[in-house]
Amino acid sequence: MTRAIDNAERREYTASGIMTREQVLDLDFLDARGKLIEIAAFLDRVERAKGQDDFRVKAFRQAARELNGSKKRRAEKVLLAFSDPTTTPIPAATTKAACGAWPGRPN
Amino acid sequence: MKYIEPHAHMVSRVTDDYQRMALAGCEAICEPAFWAGFDRSSPAGFHDYFCQLTEHEPKRAAKFGIAHFCWLCINPKESEDVNLAGDVIALIPQFLDRPNVLGIGEIGLNKNSRNEVKVLEMHVDLAARFDQLILVHTPHLEDKLKGTRLILDVLKSDRRIKPERVIVDHVEEHTVKAVLDRGHWAGMTLYPETKCTPARAIDILENFGNEQLWMNSACDWGVSDPLAVPKTALEMKRRGHRAAAIEQLIFRNPKKFLSQSPNFKLPAA
Repeated sequence: MTRAIDNAERREYTASGIMTREQVLDLDFLDARGKLIEIAAFLDRVERAKGQDDFRVKAFRQAARELNGSKKRRAEKVLLAFSDPTTTPIPAATTKAACGAWPGRPN
Repeated sequence: MKYIEPHAHMVSRVTDDYQRMALAGCEAICEPAFWAGFDRSSPAGFHDYFCQLTEHEPKRAAKFGIAHFCWLCINPKESEDVNLAGDVIALIPQFLDRPNVLGIGEIGLNKNSRNEVKVLEMHVDLAARFDQLILVHTPHLEDKLKGTRLILDVLKSDRRIKPERVIVDHVEEHTVKAVLDRGHWAGMTLYPETKCTPARAIDILENFGNEQLWMNSACDWGVSDPLAVPKTALEMKRRGHRAAAIEQLIFRNPKKFLSQSPNFKLPAA
């Protein structure tokens, strides 16, 4: 049976493929900067529009907090902030689509 | 740069896409059965679809020198109707000895309902009875975490299933570890908005190693890119990954997993 990848193998692969911090910034800083401004503009647009926040905006603000400070594994934590954390199957599927945020999260 | 596209819905793509993929180095395409964008009204509709996947589509691919393989199932998006699902699953054994069939897929969950779980268990039983590989679809967006956990539990509870003969697809940063830790293969899908970008897929690779991972485009009738795999290979090169590591991810890894099926044979070089 195939075993799961152990941490030593992960470290070995990572060490061979990694760039310096300066190289990462040279490659991706402008792209990430542009995406951050898009997020700021999106929140401005939402707040300019008439109506109330719904669960999606609330989840978005919660997820955005995961970007702060020196936290690690930010992408995973942002995904978790949008996720349904329950473990029991729902009684029936009444739609096929997902909307991107779990409506059951408390405020 | 030769590569394998391990997950693409070519029945929804134009012939130009085959040409572009061949030009980019694609040697083989694997096509899981999926939802057509509307619900089929009868098992007969699935019968015709399985004929399309096993008879017609390989001929389209062959015109461009690409080997075509497929997986069969009723997709989780049509699994709420358990009776229909049972009728469709009963059709599948008659197709399993066709030369381009790799196994049962893409099975899994969509909205994580009780009936979807029931139909997933029926598919897993079918795969076990006929000794077939399994390709798993994990749900979208907010449903992915819960769905992945439920799917892993179903797979673990059937003792006939060998973890290394199952690929769990559409993993992201919050699900990949659980899949790999169970001994399964994990697929990263390069799909705009709802799944991985090339940059994030490479991040996952750098964090979790390249031993049991592959990448796919899952191109279909939605906004998607049949060239997502070679484009991500270029992004790996830009980030300093060695040619051998790139080849492992886009060619040798899918070949290793898929070769567990006796039907997976690449054309002689």
